[in-house]
Amino acid sequence: MTTTTDTIQVTLKLYASLGAHLPAGHTRNEARVEVPEGTTILSLLDSHNVPREACHLVLLNGVFQPPGSRGNARLKAGDAVAVWPPVAGG
Amino acid sequence: MGWNGKILRVNLTEGTVKSEPLNMDWAQKYLGLRGLASKYLIEEIDPKVDALGPDNKLIFATGPLTGTAASTGGRYSVVTKGALTNAIACSNSGGYFGAEFKFAGWDMMIVEGKAPKPVYISIIDDKCEIRDAADIWGKSVWDTDEWIKKRHQDPMMHIAAIGVAGENQVLYSCIVNDLHRAAGRSGVGAVMGSKNLKAVAVRGTGGVKVKDGMRFMKATREAKKVLQENAVTGAGLPAYGTQVLMNVINEAGAMPTRNSRDVQFENAHDISAEAMATPRKTDGKPNLLTNQACFGCTIACGRISKIDETHFTIQNKPQYMHASGGLEYEAAWALGSNTGVDDLEALTYVNFICNEQGLDPISFGATVSAAMELYELGLINQETTGGIDLKFGSAEALVKCVELTGKAEGFGKELGLGSLRLCTKYGRPELSMSVKGQEFPAYDSRGIQGMGLTYATSNRGACHLRSYTVSSEILGIPEKTDPLTTDGKPALVKAFQDATAAVDSTGLCIFTTFGWTLNDIAPQVDAACTGEWSPERLLETGERIWNMERVFNNKAGFTAKDDSLPARLVSEPAKTGPAQGLVNGLAKMLPEYYALRGWTNDGVPTNETLSRLEL
Repeated sequence: MTTTTDTIQVTLKLYASLGAHLPAGHTRNEARVEVPEGTTILSLLDSHNVPREACHLVLLNGVFQPPGSRGNARLKAGDAVAVWPPVAGG
Repeated sequence: MGWNGKILRVNLTEGTVKSEPLNMDWAQKYLGLRGLASKYLIEEIDPKVDALGPDNKLIFATGPLTGTAASTGGRYSVVTKGALTNAIACSNSGGYFGAEFKFAGWDMMIVEGKAPKPVYISIIDDKCEIRDAADIWGKSVWDTDEWIKKRHQDPMMHIAAIGVAGENQVLYSCIVNDLHRAAGRSGVGAVMGSKNLKAVAVRGTGGVKVKDGMRFMKATREAKKVLQENAVTGAGLPAYGTQVLMNVINEAGAMPTRNSRDVQFENAHDISAEAMATPRKTDGKPNLLTNQACFGCTIACGRISKIDETHFTIQNKPQYMHASGGLEYEAAWALGSNTGVDDLEALTYVNFICNEQGLDPISFGATVSAAMELYELGLINQETTGGIDLKFGSAEALVKCVELTGKAEGFGKELGLGSLRLCTKYGRPELSMSVKGQEFPAYDSRGIQGMGLTYATSNRGACHLRSYTVSSEILGIPEKTDPLTTDGKPALVKAFQDATAAVDSTGLCIFTTFGWTLNDIAPQVDAACTGEWSPERLLETGERIWNMERVFNNKAGFTAKDDSLPARLVSEPAKTGPAQGLVNGLAKMLPEYYALRGWTNDGVPTNETLSRLEL
């Protein structure tokens, strides 16, 4: 007997120094990636070897995700996760 | 100590120069730079004075930490009644001019009157002269800088000058020092031009005395360590500059786009910090060459860029084929997202011209954006624009506009009025994205609610540098707050305003506050300056300065009605992003803000508040 895992597509956006962790073939600091259903933000970032301690600003569809929730909420198809190390400007 | 104790008073009408002692009682109450210079201005001019008339005064002011070993201690400000706003203006700049002025032995210079013909002021230590500027009137900031250094045979001079924009009294012209650092906002350059003053050139060979040298060195060393170890000031800002915000703010849905009709720009990435660092397809070189620091700065957020030599903007223009001041976030937004232009090289060129001619890129870009909307609505046409096809997204149109505006030629003369006067002329003042006549910067207040209150109540007209709640609402510094709610924002805005007024009066850069709090700054001020300076005293000083500025504006004719936002931001919901469906909740925040400030419901400081702050 075999089991199958459904997958979904999400967009991973990594900026500033985190851009080095984007998969090959990315454009404009973002990549469409296929992940298993049930993937969380943390598991998505872990799968691309993004250091957790460098993930200062994490936005899910533009909305800030505090560190405590990044391992809980499951991503939905079409979601966009954007991540920055500590940055500022003005 | 900290202060030199001397001010220079230059009367251009009479052609006189004299030295006066600094009012040290005022220094104890208003510290320096923004606070102290504003006190002098308010004591010396009628608030209803014509900003471009000879009775307005123009003050170049340093702070007690300017020219010291404190990190970023190179700041100076220009304080006057603003040409763009008719409100109190204080434009802060970095580079090296401020420290050099302090080294010459002065704390500030008050410029009065109007010269009968173009002049510049040279200050070489304690020798100050008003000199003929006939040969440089009509020249650019860059040529003026070169000419003065040659004339004085001194490449070590530091020069603050207006370009042709200031001469032509473009209402948002700025004063540029060290080629590409600027006292940028509110039209301080137009005031300088109205006085026939082309430049101030300074050479100082002294130092700055502090109260307790050993304690000061210890305090500044410890504070520098904080900046170095902080991930933002030690790594993020030097590597990516302020431009790293382009993708952040766009993703958060707070990017004013096409005159704030949209809150996200589809091509934001193409004009971002990441794009600046990416090698170009044309020549394999990135737009960004390196970062650069101002005097004494251990952060070094400045950008130095070089335009692609094959780009249409600089064909047959070798004078722009060199490295110069690159795009900071505010300029990239104003010239780019706000006009819908996604050509990074074109934006860099337009930014070069703003530096060369002395234009505030925020107000210039926002005015072009408003004009583009007027054009799309058919309220102006190619007959009005002199043949410019002024549609959103046209890099060619943007470039033509900048080449005309500083020179006040053709349609550029109308653009030089700023967006409010331009939109009023064509019957649609509500299309000007401004407060108190000054265009707001790169944060849409539907997506960052606190910035709506920041803009509405800013004493110098819409501005992000009076209360940068973006730091908390988006970046989580010092702690994260929800950008989509108005809850708690009045207190947040007041706290940022008071602390910023204090930092602006020290001689330090406000960017230090991404790493420092007043607990890091107070020991440095206390070790340098006469008196005892605690964080609490600094905060109270900031609150005093804020209220003093407010009283001036009220006397100049501003009322609570001017604490408002463009109708679009409070009536047209954001179309996309996290703020979709939201407008700014200013009406909810303002009464609570007034109450926290100790002001009446009409926005006037009560006698009790003024008395508590010793005003």
